[in-house]
Amino acid sequence: MAELFTLFITAVLINNIVLTRFLGLCPFMGVSRKTSSALGMGGAVTFVIFGASMFTYALYHLVLNKYGLQYMDLITFILVIASFVQFTEMIIKKYSPALYKSLGVFLPLITTNCAVLYVALDNIKQGFDLIETIVYSLAVPIGFTLVLYLFSAIRERLDLSDVPAPFKGNAIAMVVAAIMALAFGGLAGLV
Amino acid sequence: MNKLDNFKAGFIKENPVFALYLGLCSVLAISTTLNNAVGMGVAVIIVLTVSNVIISAIRKVTPSEIRIPVYIVVIATLVKIVEMLIQAYATDLYGTLGIFIPLIVVNCIILGRAEAFASKNNMLDSLIDGIGMGLGYTFGLIILSATRQILATGILNFSNPFTSEMMFEVRLIPADYVISLFSTPAGAFLTFAMIAGALEAYKSKASKKVKEVK
Repeated sequence: MAELFTLFITAVLINNIVLTRFLGLCPFMGVSRKTSSALGMGGAVTFVIFGASMFTYALYHLVLNKYGLQYMDLITFILVIASFVQFTEMIIKKYSPALYKSLGVFLPLITTNCAVLYVALDNIKQGFDLIETIVYSLAVPIGFTLVLYLFSAIRERLDLSDVPAPFKGNAIAMVVAAIMALAFGGLAGLV
Repeated sequence: MNKLDNFKAGFIKENPVFALYLGLCSVLAISTTLNNAVGMGVAVIIVLTVSNVIISAIRKVTPSEIRIPVYIVVIATLVKIVEMLIQAYATDLYGTLGIFIPLIVVNCIILGRAEAFASKNNMLDSLIDGIGMGLGYTFGLIILSATRQILATGILNFSNPFTSEMMFEVRLIPADYVISLFSTPAGAFLTFAMIAGALEAYKSKASKKVKEVK
């Protein structure tokens, strides 16, 4: 149990996927202008990462590994992820049209969110068992959502400040991300 | 737009990394040394060029409803081939790039060019676009990596990826004056922001000049 907790804290805070692994930066920059859409995106990504990781874990251990087809991992995983994103998109469109509108083009782009493929591949690479896979594939997107939410709150404030012209938009957001990475770096001694 | 303009656009004005903010994940993560940058850049150029040509070749027979899955399968296959080649012939590079090689599949540049360019243009134009955009990406990656490596270690070096033999090494900053912050993730974000800001300032200055001449 203690090991699982360590795994969880490490994935959420210490090895935060956005600030130390640089994954999932496209939605991080793209949908971080409003806190509400940041939370919606976080929820969608959590659902996709968790679902896709379960599927790919089963697929790898029950099919690919059994028949010596490990080299097909990339191709099968990305297809699972793409279908899962399509599925999520349909659900959101049906039950929350407002969220669907605010996420816009970034929703289908979850397919190309590196974090999703990274978690699926990393579960296999690190040799996690089922319980560890469940914990890890929940912890990573929670870390993503946390940082995305904090970042969007800072950006809402940033819109009101006077930024030098060449830095307007994404460049200043990168500076903010740098400072956040420094702050998260301070948590490294936690575990 | 003629072919040369098409080729040049990828470098400064439409540089995929600093102007369009595409493929950021791999750019920030592996930009610690020049070696990584060149290795990653070459891998992306190969995948991008070949996928552009293949997608352009099949653009008329691909039903538009399922085009994205089709593109993804083409790209994933190419990436797997490149990954296996790197693993076999450049083991050191494989060790340092690690999981970022399979993640080329989800590099937005590749799917982005497939969707925005290769699916609408002929094979020759797509080939040129692939090489141009790939070089632009590599160019951005090299600038970022070289800056970070010099600031963080004071040394700029490059070794042959196939034999690990050191090809050149120069010390530009004395060891006492290096700033190790730049090898950390925070340094990556900071360096990126500074370069993107400088490029933006350069571009707005250039466009002002054009207006004055007119």
